Amino acid sequence: MSDDIKGRAKSLITRRKFLAGLTAGAAATALTAGDAGAYAFEELFRQHYKRLDADDLKDILAKLEEELSFKYGKKVHAKATPPGDNTVFGYALDLSRCIGCRRCVYACVRENNLSRDPEVQWIKVLEFQKGNNKWQGLEHSNRYYNPEQVPEKGRFYVPVQCQQCKKPPCVKVCPVQATWQEADGIVVVDYNWCIGCRFCMAACPYGARNFNWGKPSIPKEEFNPDVHYLGNRPQYKGIVGKCTFCIQRSREGKYTACVEACPVGARKFGNLMDPNSEIRYILENMKVFRLKEELDTNPKFFYFFSMGTGVKS
Amino acid sequence: MVIDAINGIVRTVVSGSKEYKVWMGFLSLLALVGIAFVFRQVDQGLIATNMRDDVSWGWYIANFTFLVGVAAAAVVLVIPYYIYKFEPIGEIVLIGEIMAVAAVSMCLMFIVLDMGSPERFWHLIPMIGIFNFPQSILTWDVVVLNMYLVLNLTLVVYALSKTYAGKSYKTKLIMPLIFFSVPAAISIHTVTAFLYLGAPARPFWNTAVLAPRFIASAFCSGPAFMLIIFQIIRKTTKLNITDAALHKVAEIVTWCMAVNLFLLGSEVFKEVYSATAHIEPFNYLWHGLRGHDQLVPWIWTALIVNSIAFLILIVPSIRKNFFMLNIACVFIFIGVYIEKGMGLIFPGFIPSTLGAIYDYMPNAMELWISLGVWAIGLLIFTVGAKICIAIKTGEIGHADPSAHH
Repeated sequence: MSDDIKGRAKSLITRRKFLAGLTAGAAATALTAGDAGAYAFEELFRQHYKRLDADDLKDILAKLEEELSFKYGKKVHAKATPPGDNTVFGYALDLSRCIGCRRCVYACVRENNLSRDPEVQWIKVLEFQKGNNKWQGLEHSNRYYNPEQVPEKGRFYVPVQCQQCKKPPCVKVCPVQATWQEADGIVVVDYNWCIGCRFCMAACPYGARNFNWGKPSIPKEEFNPDVHYLGNRPQYKGIVGKCTFCIQRSREGKYTACVEACPVGARKFGNLMDPNSEIRYILENMKVFRLKEELDTNPKFFYFFSMGTGVKS
Repeated sequence: MVIDAINGIVRTVVSGSKEYKVWMGFLSLLALVGIAFVFRQVDQGLIATNMRDDVSWGWYIANFTFLVGVAAAAVVLVIPYYIYKFEPIGEIVLIGEIMAVAAVSMCLMFIVLDMGSPERFWHLIPMIGIFNFPQSILTWDVVVLNMYLVLNLTLVVYALSKTYAGKSYKTKLIMPLIFFSVPAAISIHTVTAFLYLGAPARPFWNTAVLAPRFIASAFCSGPAFMLIIFQIIRKTTKLNITDAALHKVAEIVTWCMAVNLFLLGSEVFKEVYSATAHIEPFNYLWHGLRGHDQLVPWIWTALIVNSIAFLILIVPSIRKNFFMLNIACVFIFIGVYIEKGMGLIFPGFIPSTLGAIYDYMPNAMELWISLGVWAIGLLIFTVGAKICIAIKTGEIGHADPSAHH
């Protein structure tokens, strides 16, 4: 599918250049009305991420840095780090350790510049009653648990985020290919290409996609200035976003924010192609399972119990 | 000739009885109120609606789905007239096609209203944007809906321009288009059903019976709507619509409602007897789930009115009584409208894929905007039908109203 786009893109270079020229011309005339107006105009005609050549992308990232630095009052670094060679990311979550503290949720919100109002969270921690036999299909979950202290007696917790499916139903249904799977297995969204039809949200079996129902707001002092074009740059009103395994970190060899935030070490992340990685050790030595396996979406997000059946209670 | 025609058409549209002017004024007012609310929605974003992540499609998509059915229903007139040569329907087949044009226009308006970033509509245009065909069923829907719109517009404009000129139109010339309009009508509702049933994440929709049931219910609701309009038209204009034509349409509605209820029964049996975890949305809809039961009165209302309508229709002597027929038509319209919104789109999302229950109901703004779209659609239909009738009755142009083509 991506080859197809590239092929088509080549035949479209002239048209794209024409559009870019048009945009640049219009931008020049609009400059008097202010850079912001020109930037908005360029955005309106900006092409799909995969149709941008290196120069276009450089320009766009430079403009993005300028715009965000101005808006959030700090030096912003915008990048579009490509996938690494021989890398497919995988994730494993130890349900016997998770205490339901939601530190992963908050770390994710901050790292990924998610909107605080309206509230957008890419990780949802589900609480279940122990002995509940209806939890693997995720029925009878409680996402809004709010006790004084976690973990509560008789409860266990299942954090859910994008499962980075190998056969992602969300990608298939997108009418404009605004979402796709990168070579390292991460499913990304082009925030400037999504039309906001939300078909992907209807198709996702894991509730992993979040729509920006209103204009996102991020407090200046909490803004994370290290942004990736396909990841944690601020999103727009009227488009869909999702977990990208912290693409801005993972592609530079770092752990995701949720892995680092977890106080009990329940979250494991690494390169599935590296036989010596921790994730490979878990897959080879633990009894792992995936959510809704009957749908055969083939997630690269695994769950396992390293001990007993849950927290001591 | 062309100038004359335009003059005549404009005259037809702006002049009319007091009732006509009140009706047009009323629709225009509703349309303006709707448009005013659209500005608010564009400004605030879709957060101004009651939709949220857990129920990410709502009233707009429900209306869209219902109206695809109304549009498809034009073939209920096309098949008996053009294929079975049932002459009495000849007078109304064009009105049905105009209804299809108005309904598809409303569908497109609802889709655009539901988009988070409608200014990016050009991303969907093949070559300039990226049209994810054939992978995304949504792109199939874009193709078939636009094709159906163009098809019906072509048929209507061709027939009316020939009639205007006083010529009988050669059915042979457009016969391929007419034959094509039959599978095209089926395709718009089938593809729309595939949008939902192709999502294994939503067990409530993931049933093969959805597409045939869409067709069956559409062939009830669309013609039911038209039966009432035909009666208004024959009271207020000189167009000669016979009882025979209306009775034929009512008969078709009867059997389509029978199929609709049968398919509903199949779904109920499958869910209740197999009783897997996937029964949750079904339970939410029919008798409430974990204390949430706001859709229950709606779906039972739909079932009851559809059943009463079917009982009225199934007895020919009762069906032929226009008072009873009209009750059945209103019931069917209400019943199928509820089935598509409260009965299909909402419970598809409840409980969510993560087991959350969000009790979605449209808010006042969604209702006003939807009313505005309906008003614009009815304006399109009224204007189209008025021009059509003026031409067919020879008020403008050179048609011989006594001749059947």
